[in-house]
Amino acid sequence: MSTLHTINKSPFSHSTLASCLQVCGKQDGILLLEDGVFGALASSPCAEELATIIETGVRVYALKGDVNARGLQEKIRAGILLTDYNGFVQLSIEHKCVQSWY
Amino acid sequence: MNQTPSKKILFISRHAPYGTSLAKDALDAVLSSSAYDQQLSLLFMDDGVFQLLKNQASGEIAHKSFSSLLPVLPLYEINSIYVHYESLKKRQITINELVLDSVQIIDSSAICSLLAQQDQLLSF
Amino acid sequence: MIFSLAIYAAPYTSQASDSAYRFALALLENGHTLYRVFFYQDGVHTASSLNTPPQDEIHFTHNWQALAQQHNIDLIVCIAAALKRGLLNKQEASRYDKPAFNLAEGFEISGLGQLVDAAVISDRLITFGG
Repeated sequence: MSTLHTINKSPFSHSTLASCLQVCGKQDGILLLEDGVFGALASSPCAEELATIIETGVRVYALKGDVNARGLQEKIRAGILLTDYNGFVQLSIEHKCVQSWY
Repeated sequence: MNQTPSKKILFISRHAPYGTSLAKDALDAVLSSSAYDQQLSLLFMDDGVFQLLKNQASGEIAHKSFSSLLPVLPLYEINSIYVHYESLKKRQITINELVLDSVQIIDSSAICSLLAQQDQLLSF
Repeated sequence: MIFSLAIYAAPYTSQASDSAYRFALALLENGHTLYRVFFYQDGVHTASSLNTPPQDEIHFTHNWQALAQQHNIDLIVCIAAALKRGLLNKQEASRYDKPAFNLAEGFEISGLGQLVDAAVISDRLITFGG
């Protein structure tokens, strides 16, 4: 079974995304929300690691409402999937556990 | 409650002691949970590993020291205590400096499988 | 599926407080059950009957009360976290000889054990940290 990781802090000032990426398995999912959506930028300090993990098959999502609120609609890097709260609920069901990195 | 099969519950403590209440709140949650007859374990990672240092003398900041708080853990029904190897390494903390000697040091990929084995994660 | 939420974030300080509420709405809309919301750390401030946000801001206390009433949800406030932050029910106010109490209706003060109890009873426990 697999884990859904949620990240709500900006990788520009917190290490939560970096920590999550260290322990994220191939079957796991990552959801960026709140200030965590800054992690979806191409300029993110974790951009390279994120790209690598997406290549291995990990699905990385960003909460659309949080992306739009921050004016990042056009700045989200390729490979990041947008979702909403219904999607968040669905992801939490598809994975066995949810680890909140905050 | 009696009919409910016991669950594997992992507490993840990722914050340094004293600066915020998160470390103490995590510990309180672990201790309060031990009466519920579940398979509990505890993982220290990131700055959470600073809770494990010996010689914490917190008298001057009016806070109970984690060096004295953590050794009660084995008295409660906590199955396993894990410490993230890379978090220790990054902070140049050696095993000899830890206040608990019954911990299991595990690396990132072992944590990945540890998380996958759980029924619930309590994130602190 | 049965869900419980653990809210550690302070209302109006952290967006996580709002995220938790939106998650609750979505799971209920999708036909799932919300068994318990456990308020801990600064999350306990959500349960103060004195919270008075301006009219154009979300009233978390009222929103949770309404949701709990409509869907029969346990709103539990950790007693240790609540008391030290000045959040008391009538019984605790009288026990500690305080002139007033402020726990909003629909919320209940209880022990930290209710958090692990929620983890045991629910299929999913989601933490919203500040």
